[in-house]
Amino acid sequence: MKSTRLSLSPRAAERVIKVFVWAVALSIMAVLVSIVVFILYKGLPVINAGFLTEIPRRMGREGGIASPIVGTLLVTALAVLLATPFGMGTAFYLAEYTRDGAVTRIIRFSAESLAGIPSIVYGLFGFIFFVMYLNLGWSVLSGGLTLAVMILPTIIRTSEEAVRSVPTIYREVSFSLGGTKWQTIRGAVFPSAVRGIANGIILSIGRSVAETAAVVLTAGSALRMPDGVFAPARTMAVHFYILASEGISMDNAYGTAAVLIILIFLINIAANMLIDRLATKGR
Amino acid sequence: MRKLKGDLPERLFFALALSSISALALITAFIFIKGAPLIAKVGLFDFIFGMDWAPGQGKYGVFPMIIGSVSVTAGAAVIGVPAGICCSVFLTEFAPVKMRNIFRPAIQLLAGIPSVVYGFWGLLFVVPAIRAYLGGPGLSILAGSVILAIMILPTVISISEVSLLALPRQYKEGALALGMTHWQAIRSVQLPAAKSGIVAAVILGIGRAVGETMAVIMVLGNSVAVPSSLLDPVRTLTTNIGIEMGYASEEHRQALFATGIVLFVIIMALNISAQYVVRRKTK
Repeated sequence: MKSTRLSLSPRAAERVIKVFVWAVALSIMAVLVSIVVFILYKGLPVINAGFLTEIPRRMGREGGIASPIVGTLLVTALAVLLATPFGMGTAFYLAEYTRDGAVTRIIRFSAESLAGIPSIVYGLFGFIFFVMYLNLGWSVLSGGLTLAVMILPTIIRTSEEAVRSVPTIYREVSFSLGGTKWQTIRGAVFPSAVRGIANGIILSIGRSVAETAAVVLTAGSALRMPDGVFAPARTMAVHFYILASEGISMDNAYGTAAVLIILIFLINIAANMLIDRLATKGR
Repeated sequence: MRKLKGDLPERLFFALALSSISALALITAFIFIKGAPLIAKVGLFDFIFGMDWAPGQGKYGVFPMIIGSVSVTAGAAVIGVPAGICCSVFLTEFAPVKMRNIFRPAIQLLAGIPSVVYGFWGLLFVVPAIRAYLGGPGLSILAGSVILAIMILPTVISISEVSLLALPRQYKEGALALGMTHWQAIRSVQLPAAKSGIVAAVILGIGRAVGETMAVIMVLGNSVAVPSSLLDPVRTLTTNIGIEMGYASEEHRQALFATGIVLFVIIMALNISAQYVVRRKTK
């Protein structure tokens, strides 16, 4: 073993390090708490029934955030509905149907690479492909499709982990009863993996709700209530960004951010409840 | 009959699994098709090493933004990586179980907060603090680095934690049995053994930092110039796209896609090296 650079006895070094590590961890916590508390402190007083149900007026200086809320929900719902079948299908294919080979390596490489691509690049792609090339315009549909591609790798990864964590014995029992591969997947593997898959979907909902750069370039920033998937829409994250960066209304910006954070809180709680149930079920 | 029934789902899953390959191919193709002509026109060397970005005069050089991205990311890594590794050591080795159960979901929540909210918080607290205590405009590399450091923490913490937890228990027990203190065991046995996982965590964290747009767009000052100190304002590749995409057209828009190409290539290089490190570990 190398000698410690500090001329401290190992026991003293141990104590110093412990204090240091605790201090770092606690200050990270403090920063997190301070961000959340600050936004809620400033934003909660702004939130009332009118704020949640009225459409923004005068660029968001007055009125509420009803249309950004609806825009967020529509874009997110569309993204998750589109990405889930593809993500789950990929996961089942990777985990149940193939051994590692050239094809699975390429699929995995693509999924991992997609996971690392920055949201602004998704925005550029969504803009040039969905908005311009497919001529969908700035719309809920363009935004949903772009986010679907963005969350696909998350759903693939979490679903594959969930499917792989199903004990082999479940499959063996199903096969020994004469079940086909498909019957085994549907009757034995899927029911045991469904909570893990659901957790991945919830994480993706969180990512979609929080995304700004990719949706502003594809769904647009229209303030009116979207009346269908072809209508442009502004999500809450985009609304917050525009209000805050252009200094339109700090109060309404805080209010929007508070609603966003509460929504993400709820999404996280739902995900954790699922993980807990998953853990107790495994025992 | 049964065989055919078993084959259909496999073909379907395979088709769904091709989605991530086609998504990656489409993204690559469309970003390059849209951006490459401008790089060809300006010249690759002049585009990458050009010092002037003046779309009105047809000058497109992204070197100041490359320096911007690199310096902000390096700053974020210098602050965020040690803090993140510290935190993962805290969670796996020092924290009482109760604390761990509060910390993990809290870190997850930290990951879910919209990046625009971080940026806004930075604008309200970090920027004025830098202006008051260190001088300069406050909008600076340092401000961006601090915000990004906070943002990459969840990535660094969760991946290094997983690789520390994955170590066989005997490593630590053996070290302690030899008379090492807890910290000596962590420093000279556990951290080196988990090295490749931690390196992957750092690379992925850096990838997130390079690609982040909305968190830094409000705190960097966005001026196109090569900075001479950490307190100078700067523009990154991502914020260049984020700021100008809203009103750019024709050649200017192509130039932003070309900026996207540079970003895409940097990210893919980071992705591939992270995947390489992880794969070498699993072998």
